[in-house]
Amino acid sequence: MAVRFGRPLDPAERGVALAEAALAGDRRALARLLTEVENRTAAAEAALRLLYPRAGRAHLVGITGPPGAGKSTLVAALIGELRRAGRSVAVIAVDPSSPITGGALLGDRVRMQAYAEDPDVFIRSMAARGHAGGLAATSGAAAAVLDAVGFDVVFLETVGTGQSEVEVAAAADTTVVLEAPEMGDEIQAIKAGLLEVADIVVVNKGDRPGAQRTAAQLRAMLSAAAVAAESAAERAHHRRAGPSRVHDGGVADGGSELDGAGRPRPKRPEVLVTTAATGEGVPELLAAIDRRRRLGAEDGAVAAARRARADALLWTIVVERARDRLARPEAAAVADAIVDAVAEHRLDPYAAADELLALLAGGARAADRTR
Amino acid sequence: MTERPIKVLIAKPGLDGHDRGAKVLARGLRDEGFEVIYTGLRQTPEMIVAAALQEDVDVVGLSILSGAHMTLLPKVTRLLREKGMDDVLVTAGGIIPDDDIPALKAAGIAEVFGPGTTIREVADFIRANVRRA
Repeated sequence: MAVRFGRPLDPAERGVALAEAALAGDRRALARLLTEVENRTAAAEAALRLLYPRAGRAHLVGITGPPGAGKSTLVAALIGELRRAGRSVAVIAVDPSSPITGGALLGDRVRMQAYAEDPDVFIRSMAARGHAGGLAATSGAAAAVLDAVGFDVVFLETVGTGQSEVEVAAAADTTVVLEAPEMGDEIQAIKAGLLEVADIVVVNKGDRPGAQRTAAQLRAMLSAAAVAAESAAERAHHRRAGPSRVHDGGVADGGSELDGAGRPRPKRPEVLVTTAATGEGVPELLAAIDRRRRLGAEDGAVAAARRARADALLWTIVVERARDRLARPEAAAVADAIVDAVAEHRLDPYAAADELLALLAGGARAADRTR
Repeated sequence: MTERPIKVLIAKPGLDGHDRGAKVLARGLRDEGFEVIYTGLRQTPEMIVAAALQEDVDVVGLSILSGAHMTLLPKVTRLLREKGMDDVLVTAGGIIPDDDIPALKAAGIAEVFGPGTTIREVADFIRANVRRA
């Protein structure tokens, strides 16, 4: 960091100094700030307070799919495509942490090292550190930092996912789900989970036999699912008194519909075939990603995704703050006694939760009854 | 906040294509509880330093078997210094003659680990010598 002071900085000052240097284009300060964010320090909080109002311009694109589907290779190909168009890009690449040792082997960078020296590309590996949703707990905050310092596109690459790590859909504006050819029959495509949150589905390794057939199967099943969703929405529409804005906007291909989480989804996610290793189909994918953002801005999908993200972020912070306050010396003994009372079945968990909330509100005496 | 994991970049500068040792070390350090970033084969010193900067690592481990260590390793430490990253611990491993070690240490390589070194020795050295902010 270029900024140096005569006395050691307190954490908040350090965070602000790092944020200001990062905004001024200092990549080392940006990297150090991301470490603070990963470690959830007081410096990170001070920095995020400064940076959050500046975020919201970047396109946050989630890339998810099973291990070995080619996520990192595809991200590298997309970086190349974006750079040719003169757009800056940041990547947060998440890999799993060992549940045994806490260690991690972060290998996504191997595929992207060709862009290591490009000043308009910034790649950061993150260990999931025990977080289970496909990202690290701090990936969203890290994306906000990269957004605030001015990257045009921020990719969030998840760990290799199974069927239900859908958290990335809440963290990103646009979610790309990768599949490899011949990963399963039509039944896999109509199961609940990953494909439901896809804005765009990509069958990668398009040079392998079966890629086109897999894409055709996915298109068929996803459009069958869209028909089912349409009639479900129709029924819901008739039950509701007021008309649904999105529904009235028409149900043509590419149109959206609110899902259960209040997030509009494309009725029929586009299904594309790419060969990331050769770049085949990658320009078309980037065009689809850009198109999805334009449509999302028009039909309210981006606004709704951001509303849902703000809601989740806020609740995370509220819960963290509550935990911190209950861990303070003046509250910890009472809070521990409440937990003990639940563990010993002397108090039901709902009453205990009310007592903890009362304790937070300053009514420490509320807990006396538990002893 | 509990003690955060130490972040280590394992990189292979130069043109030799043998990364078995680097991968074994990366995996072993993972099992020692480190967060290990592996960048792959045929890296220039510039690429390695750019990765170390973006990843904000505590340690850079360089594996080299090609014989070009007297050129490439001091270049990595020099570039790190130029970026203000002289607090990063730099170690080396691979095929490096004993006669070359004093000059490498003078150039800022903290330790050179030859064939037969155990993962535990490397991990213990890192834990003892890493400089944390």
